[in-house]
Amino acid sequence: MDKKSLENIAAKLRLDTLIAINKAGSGHAGSCMSCMDILVALYYGAVNGVSHSRNGLNDGAKNASRPCVVMKFNPNKPRWDERDYFVLSKGHAVPALYAVLAEQGFFDKSEMKYLRQIGGLLQGYPNVKVPGIEASVGSVGQGVSIAVGLAMAIKADRENRNVFVLAGDGELQEGQCWEAIMAAAHFKLDNLVLIIDQNKLQLDGACGAVMNVAPLADKFEAFGWKVIPVVSGHDIEELVYAFEKAKNVARQPVVILAPTIEGKGVPFAENKPAYHGVPFSDAEMEEVMKKFGEVEEVGEVT
Amino acid sequence: MEKISTLMAFSEGLLEMGAKYRNLVVLDAGLASAMKTSKFALNFNDRYFNVGMAENNMVGIAAGMALKNKSPFVCSFAVFSSGRAWEEIRNCIAYPNLNVKIVGTHAGLMAGKDGVVHQALEDIALMRVIPNMKVFCPADYYETKAVMKYMCEDFGPSYLRLSKNAVPMVYDDGYKFKAGRGHIVKDGKDATIFSTGSVLSEVMLAVDMLEKTGLSIRVCNMCSIKPLDTALVLDSAKTTKRLFSIEDHQIDGGLGGVLAEVLSEAGAGIPFKRIGMNRFAESGSGYDLYRKYGLDSSGIFKSIKDCY
Repeated sequence: MDKKSLENIAAKLRLDTLIAINKAGSGHAGSCMSCMDILVALYYGAVNGVSHSRNGLNDGAKNASRPCVVMKFNPNKPRWDERDYFVLSKGHAVPALYAVLAEQGFFDKSEMKYLRQIGGLLQGYPNVKVPGIEASVGSVGQGVSIAVGLAMAIKADRENRNVFVLAGDGELQEGQCWEAIMAAAHFKLDNLVLIIDQNKLQLDGACGAVMNVAPLADKFEAFGWKVIPVVSGHDIEELVYAFEKAKNVARQPVVILAPTIEGKGVPFAENKPAYHGVPFSDAEMEEVMKKFGEVEEVGEVT
Repeated sequence: MEKISTLMAFSEGLLEMGAKYRNLVVLDAGLASAMKTSKFALNFNDRYFNVGMAENNMVGIAAGMALKNKSPFVCSFAVFSSGRAWEEIRNCIAYPNLNVKIVGTHAGLMAGKDGVVHQALEDIALMRVIPNMKVFCPADYYETKAVMKYMCEDFGPSYLRLSKNAVPMVYDDGYKFKAGRGHIVKDGKDATIFSTGSVLSEVMLAVDMLEKTGLSIRVCNMCSIKPLDTALVLDSAKTTKRLFSIEDHQIDGGLGGVLAEVLSEAGAGIPFKRIGMNRFAESGSGYDLYRKYGLDSSGIFKSIKDCY
C-alpha cells in the first residue's frame, strides 16, 4: 500500500471540502475533517496499492493486476449491481463525501462550487439524486437502520456484497441507532460494517459531557457485534487492514471504533467544538491554504 | 349480510400480492398477530421480517430494502406507523420517493378499549402533508383489495389506513379503484355526504333514515384522500345544496380539512359541515364510542338533520 499517496489524496480532499464549505457559507467543517481519512480508506484503500478509479472500474479482485480494494464501485455506473454500499449516517459530513465522489468521477468537480446553493446538485444533507449517494439521510440516527435494511435485502437476494456505514459517536445518543444495532446482530448481518468516527465532540460540546455514550466496545460486544478497534482513525493503512479483517468476520456484524480528532489537519480547529458546525472564515481559509500548500501534489485547486 | 374488516382484507391481499410480486416484503414491529400478517409469513418466510418493537428502525430498514429494489409493506398500529416514525417516513422514504407502503391498522375510534393512546385520529393529517405520499382509506373488503392492487402497481410511497371492525360490503369483486377518483355510491340532489373509510357503512344507514324524511342525498366515498378527486367535490358543490364530511378521524387536517381547503380555494361558497372528532376520546367498545361521539348512524342522522 502506498501510504504517502493516500495521505496526499486525503490532504487534497480536505482542502476541496473546506473550500466548498467556505463558499457555501455554512456546513460542518470540523466533522468533515474528522472522517476524511476513513472515507479515503474506503474509497481509495487497497491491500496492495492505491485504488484510483477515476477513469475506470473499481471492481475488486476480478483482475489480478488491479489492487484488492476495500469497496467495490464504479463511478461510470453508480448503480452497478455488484457494487458495495456506503451509507453516510452522519449526514452533516456530506461535503467530505462529495469531495471524494467528485475526485473519483461520480460527478463533475465544478458542482462543489454550488454546494448548498439554490439550484445546485449538492444538497446540505445526503440525497439519492447525487450519483454515488446511496441513501437520503435526514437527521442523525437514521443511516444505521437504512444500512441494516440494505444488508438484509442483500442477504435475502443471496448476493455477496458489503454495506459500510459511517456514524458519529455523538450520533449514538439517538435511540434508533441501538434499535438498528440490535437488529443487525439478530439477523446476523456479517455483510455490514459500521465505522464509528469517534471525534468525541458534538454541537453542544464534548460527547462525554453532553451525554456519555462510552464504553462503546463493551456496549457493542454486549449487543452481539464483533468489535475491531483501531489506534487512530487517521491512519489510513491501519483502517484498510481493519476493513479487510471486518470483511472476513462471519455470522455477526462488525463495528470499527476509530478514534479521530475533530478538525483534523487544520491545527487551529483541532478538537475545538466551536468548529463543529461552522465554515472557516476567509481569513482562516488563507491560513488553511498556506498549510495545505505545503503538501505535495495538491493541484487542481480553483 | 356478511361482514368483514378492512384489516382482514389486507391480510388476504398481502398473500395475493406477495404471490404476484416477488420483490414484495413485509415488515412487522412486534405486532404481527394483530397485523394478521401470519398468512404471508407462513407462505413467504424469506420475505417476511419482524424487527421487534422498533418502529423507527422498521421504517429505516424499509428504506434500505427499497433502495435495493424491494417493495416493503411496513405494518403497525396507525398511531405508531404514521406518528412515531413520521420523520423517518418524511426524510428517508418520501423525500427520495422510495417504493415503501406504510400500513396503519386499528385506525380511528374503532381501536376501542385500548383508549386514546391507540386510537389514531391524526394519521391522515400527518401523512397527507408529506410531498410524494399518497393516502388511501378504503371502506370495505373489496375496496381494500383493489387499493392494495393499485399500491403494488404504483411506484412510490403510500399510506394505507385500515380498521379492525367488521363492516358490510359496499362493493363487489368487479370494483376498480383509481387514485384521485372518488366514487358516487349513491346519487341525490339536496346534499352530498363525503365519507372515508369503513364509517361508510354507518353513513349508508343514516342516509336511509334521512331519505325517509324526504331528503335526496348523494354519498361520495373518498377512499383516495391524496390525491383528491377535486372535480367530484366541486361538482357536488354545484349540483347539491349542502355538503357534509364524515370521518373516524380529527376533522382538522382529515377529510373535512382537505375538503375545506378545496372548497374555499375554489370559492364554492356553500354550507359545509364537518362531522368527526375534534378532541381525544376514551376507552370503550368501538360502537359505544361511535354512539357517544356521534359517528353511528343515528348520530350522523342527527348532525345532518339539525341543518334542516
